Amino acid sequence: FSEPTAMSKKMIQNLAETLSKQVKHFNKTETQCLIRLYNALLGDQTERKVGHGLDRGKFRNILHNTFGLTDDMIMDRVFRAFDKDNDSYISVKEWLEGLAVFLRGTLDEKIKYCFDVYDLNGDGYISREEMFHMLKNSLIRQPTEEDPDEGIKDLVEITLKKMDYDHDSRLSCDDFEKAVRDENLLLEAFGTCLPDAKSIQAFEQQAFQVTRFAGAMTHKYEQTLF
Amino acid sequence: MGLALTRAAQWTTASSGMGKLEITPLNESLLKEILHFVEQISARHPQEAKHVFREPLQWETSLQASDFTTEYDISGSCVQSREADGDGHPLLQLTPPDVSVRSFSQLTRLLQLVPDRKLREVRACLEANRDPVVQILGPSFASVEGEDSSTLRLLDKLKEDSQSGEAELTIKLLIILQQLDTLLLSNSVKQLAQEVRLSPAAVKRDVELLKSLCAAGEKKVLRSVCYTSDYEFSNGCRSPPWRQVHGEIAYLIIEPCDSEPLFITCSTAGVFLNAGVRHEAEGNAFDRRSNVYKDLVDLLKSKSPHFAEGINKKDFVIQEEPPTTLKIPHVEAVGVEAPGQTLGSYEHQEKNALKKARQQLAPNKTGGEKKFEPSLKWKCLGLPSPHEEAEERKMRRSGGSERATKSRSRFPKSESKAKPSAPGSPLPGPSFTDDVQTERRGDSHTDLPSEYWQIQKLVKYLKGGNQTATVIALCSMRDFNLAQETCQLALRDVGGLEVLVNLLDTDEMKCKIGSLKILKEISHNSQIRQAIADLGGLQTMVAILDSPDKELRCLAAETIANVARFRRARRTVRQHDGIKRLVNLLACVPHCVSTSSKQEKDMEVARCGALALWSCSKSTRNKDAIRKAGAIPLLARLLKVPQTNMLIPVVGTLQECASQRSYRIAIQSEGMIEDLVKYLSCDNQDLQKHCASAIFKCAEDKQTRDLVRHHEGLQPLVALLGEARNKELLTATTGAIWKCSISMENVAKFEEYRALELLVGLLTDQPEEVLVNVVGALAECAQRPNNRVTIRKSGGIAPLVGLLTGTNQTLLINVTRAVGACAADPESMTIIERLDGVRLLWSLLKNPNPDVQANAAWAICPCIENAEDAGEMVRSFVGSLELIVHLLKSTNKEVLASVCAAIGKIAKDEENLAVITDHGVVPMLASLTNTVDDKLRRYLAEAIARCCMWSSNRKAFGEAGAVAPVVRFLRSNDPAVHRATAQALFQLSREPNNCITMHESGVVKLLIPMIGSSDEVLQEEAAGCVANIRHLALANDKARYG
Repeated sequence: FSEPTAMSKKMIQNLAETLSKQVKHFNKTETQCLIRLYNALLGDQTERKVGHGLDRGKFRNILHNTFGLTDDMIMDRVFRAFDKDNDSYISVKEWLEGLAVFLRGTLDEKIKYCFDVYDLNGDGYISREEMFHMLKNSLIRQPTEEDPDEGIKDLVEITLKKMDYDHDSRLSCDDFEKAVRDENLLLEAFGTCLPDAKSIQAFEQQAFQVTRFAGAMTHKYEQTLF
Repeated sequence: MGLALTRAAQWTTASSGMGKLEITPLNESLLKEILHFVEQISARHPQEAKHVFREPLQWETSLQASDFTTEYDISGSCVQSREADGDGHPLLQLTPPDVSVRSFSQLTRLLQLVPDRKLREVRACLEANRDPVVQILGPSFASVEGEDSSTLRLLDKLKEDSQSGEAELTIKLLIILQQLDTLLLSNSVKQLAQEVRLSPAAVKRDVELLKSLCAAGEKKVLRSVCYTSDYEFSNGCRSPPWRQVHGEIAYLIIEPCDSEPLFITCSTAGVFLNAGVRHEAEGNAFDRRSNVYKDLVDLLKSKSPHFAEGINKKDFVIQEEPPTTLKIPHVEAVGVEAPGQTLGSYEHQEKNALKKARQQLAPNKTGGEKKFEPSLKWKCLGLPSPHEEAEERKMRRSGGSERATKSRSRFPKSESKAKPSAPGSPLPGPSFTDDVQTERRGDSHTDLPSEYWQIQKLVKYLKGGNQTATVIALCSMRDFNLAQETCQLALRDVGGLEVLVNLLDTDEMKCKIGSLKILKEISHNSQIRQAIADLGGLQTMVAILDSPDKELRCLAAETIANVARFRRARRTVRQHDGIKRLVNLLACVPHCVSTSSKQEKDMEVARCGALALWSCSKSTRNKDAIRKAGAIPLLARLLKVPQTNMLIPVVGTLQECASQRSYRIAIQSEGMIEDLVKYLSCDNQDLQKHCASAIFKCAEDKQTRDLVRHHEGLQPLVALLGEARNKELLTATTGAIWKCSISMENVAKFEEYRALELLVGLLTDQPEEVLVNVVGALAECAQRPNNRVTIRKSGGIAPLVGLLTGTNQTLLINVTRAVGACAADPESMTIIERLDGVRLLWSLLKNPNPDVQANAAWAICPCIENAEDAGEMVRSFVGSLELIVHLLKSTNKEVLASVCAAIGKIAKDEENLAVITDHGVVPMLASLTNTVDDKLRRYLAEAIARCCMWSSNRKAFGEAGAVAPVVRFLRSNDPAVHRATAQALFQLSREPNNCITMHESGVVKLLIPMIGSSDEVLQEEAAGCVANIRHLALANDKARYG
């Protein structure tokens, strides 16, 4: 590690070579850029943690500042969704895979991702309680109301009525998928967990601008995005 | 008893005056109670019963003097009691038919006299004395709502002069009466509490349940259950609207296993057997034939023992399911009736009645009248009278937002009237009243359709939710049937539109999309459109057209397409630069034909843009704006795509704009005719219609007509004549054929495709728009002689002549043209004459429209020419010649020319010439000679030539100064004018004085070249004229020089 830059360059190139084959939606150059960005983010972290990857706090900062997510709980869940091996750190591969969905995911991929985010306990179902938990801050509470949670409860019922196709009072992945296919707006039914078009564009511009081809590539992908 | 009478008793007219007590179970029990009280009072409170009333109770009685016993003084028909008060007035006095009574003891005795008519007397007494307490104790004790201080005052009085037994007695009596009042009220509450109320939903549930019992195999308890009507109104009722006002919900025919089929009426008051309502109910079939049961199960239990047995056995099975489904939810204890319930459903029924009455059972006259007969229940509710209701309906229709406030304000009003106001009223068990009240409040909510409340709730979440909640609420809202007016108006009335429009201003993409999706649906309603425009929604949506998100652009454009159906909205779109943006949407389409998802989306954007432009293109200014924004080449390019859903708005826009010349030229020059012709053969009638309509508008131009033929568009047009059922399509098609047939080459093609036979077939049973076009086409085609024969042979003459009696101006213009053209065929002429067609044409000369006049006059010409005895025929029309001469005063050139032509034909008959001369035709024709219009000159000259058959007329023309101007006609360039003028001059030159004038005008110089013309007639006439002049000169020379 005496000459990190030189080493890294070589390493990054090799890594990008391999990873770009494994991860969808990014070409080699883009992969390289994202790896470089990842390294840059890691660089700020304390030595001790570098070995494991990006930690929760760091990642949440990115979500908040770059992608405009606000809900703490959702951000935690997004972290969990990125952190596939559950080691509380995001490895470079997880980073790339996560961003692939985050930035350029197909509807199918996004459905899967959102469901994972919303399935708080990871049991494969979004239960009434989980919905309530996620929606509890979604309404302005009227202090005059007898039961301030009534609106939330009602909202949960509305959602169930709309999305629970098999009528088992909870949402399975199938339910969720069907509902979203029927009405795309329901993709982020329980809270924003994907960046909006503007922040995606901004992020990609920033991340890929270093490369010569970036402009062309971004343009190409923009087309698929819209 | 005052309060009980004012509140609990059910009076025929809620207002004051001479009300009658209804004969209802409730009133009956009230009366019995009062009767019992009066009978008992003498025994129980002998002191108080003797108390003399302040004022006598007076009423019209059925009692006769003969009814009275010897205790009374009877003199004739009058009766007096022996008992008298302090002043010596008798306590009972009968002067038939009136009786007045001044104490309870007398009252008691009176009632004992007629044991069989007791109830009737009490009723009459109460009807005459709405508040008997006033009579009994004095006006200060009148029953008043709220706090009643009379008792307290009395107590004070009692303290003041304790000697007076009078006051003490009064207070005792008052207390007795108030006890009675309380008793009555509490009894009536019990009564009311027993009443049941069914709702459509409850009936439906019951029927479902019973149906399931029918299906239960061998153990079935019923054979069949069915409704008499399959149609269900949106309020859930199945009975016709005029029965719904009686509270009837549905009719059932239930076949029990052990008896005849039962005809059952389910009404809000309960269920009962009717006199046999089947699918077509008539007359008294609706009458009640049994007791009223509280629900279907009860009725069946009593009518069918088998059912009762079966249902008892199965009780367990039913109770395993939610046990409540059977009865509980719909049987609501109703206090003084739920005011809103009736109101709500009434409103509903009204709406439906308007909409559906025609489709439903044939409107039953008596039923319709009955509708406005107030039902017993509503009376005490302060329900607006039918008149008020009607007025209100009017208001609601006229102004949207008024309705909301009005209907809202109505609820509290009716509620407060119907409800006894708790404070101060001496009701027992206040807690019970409270219950009734809260429940009733709940009731009045349920009377509006449940959607209303659900939508209101969702709107609340929209207002008070973050993005997530908003999106959920928006998605849920879309599950309502937004095409239904109830939902649309509910959404507006609860303030949902404002929120939806406001959401468009946010940055949240999803909210905007969700909101637009809803706005798109509901903007099909014209009131909603207005409201969206009023809220400034158009401006926002126009701004959204610039959004980078394609879905959003699509939705905004589609919603604009819906909203911009009225002028103000279209103007708003234009003024906010919307046209330009919409045209930009069209630009998305790539040149190459490819089906990538991106291009599909682009196409969708363009399609929505075209839809919006189509809506906007209905305003003239917008047409200009669309053209200026460069839409024409874009539309031309979109016209090449294969998708029908894209083509319809594109062609729709084009045909709408083709009313402007610049568009017609562009359509022609951009090669769009080829595409339009191509789509005439597609399989979508809408598209075909718009294409034909565009061709109709463009084919005014000759080049376009040629292009249509060149692209082989005529045959598909003829083929479309077969689609006679789609009137709009037929109108467009026939219009296109008409305009195309202006070119004779096209007519030849139409002959080839045998279009004329088809067109003649369309002369009957078609709407006027179609007729105008068909007749127009026939008129053009009939310019070719062989087509006249075709029209005659396919039987077209008679319907054409028949159409001469119409009123549509355009149609008349075309018909006169067509008839005129056909009249050139002698055989057709015979038919026209036989059908009195000439007279009809002649009467059209009186039509105020100059075009009709002119065409009628043109049509008359060939008629006179070809009719057998034309002179006689013309004379037979009374006042006809005067009429036509009179038309020479017209200012319209075409009218003048046509009338001159007709006069030329008429004057062939000498007798008629005499008549028109008498009507002063000569000076009138002479005054027209200054014209420079060649057409008029030609026919004018012809007419003059004809009129000169009479020598006196020749002279008269000369004297009127017509000769010199006619000579000037020769300077025209039109050979037809030359020929006619030569004829006229030849005739005029037979009068020597005219020759001199002509010569002076230099006629010879002008005529000489015409003698050398190739036109023989011209040659001859010109030569004749010159010869006449020469003869005169020779004669003159001879005379002078001998």
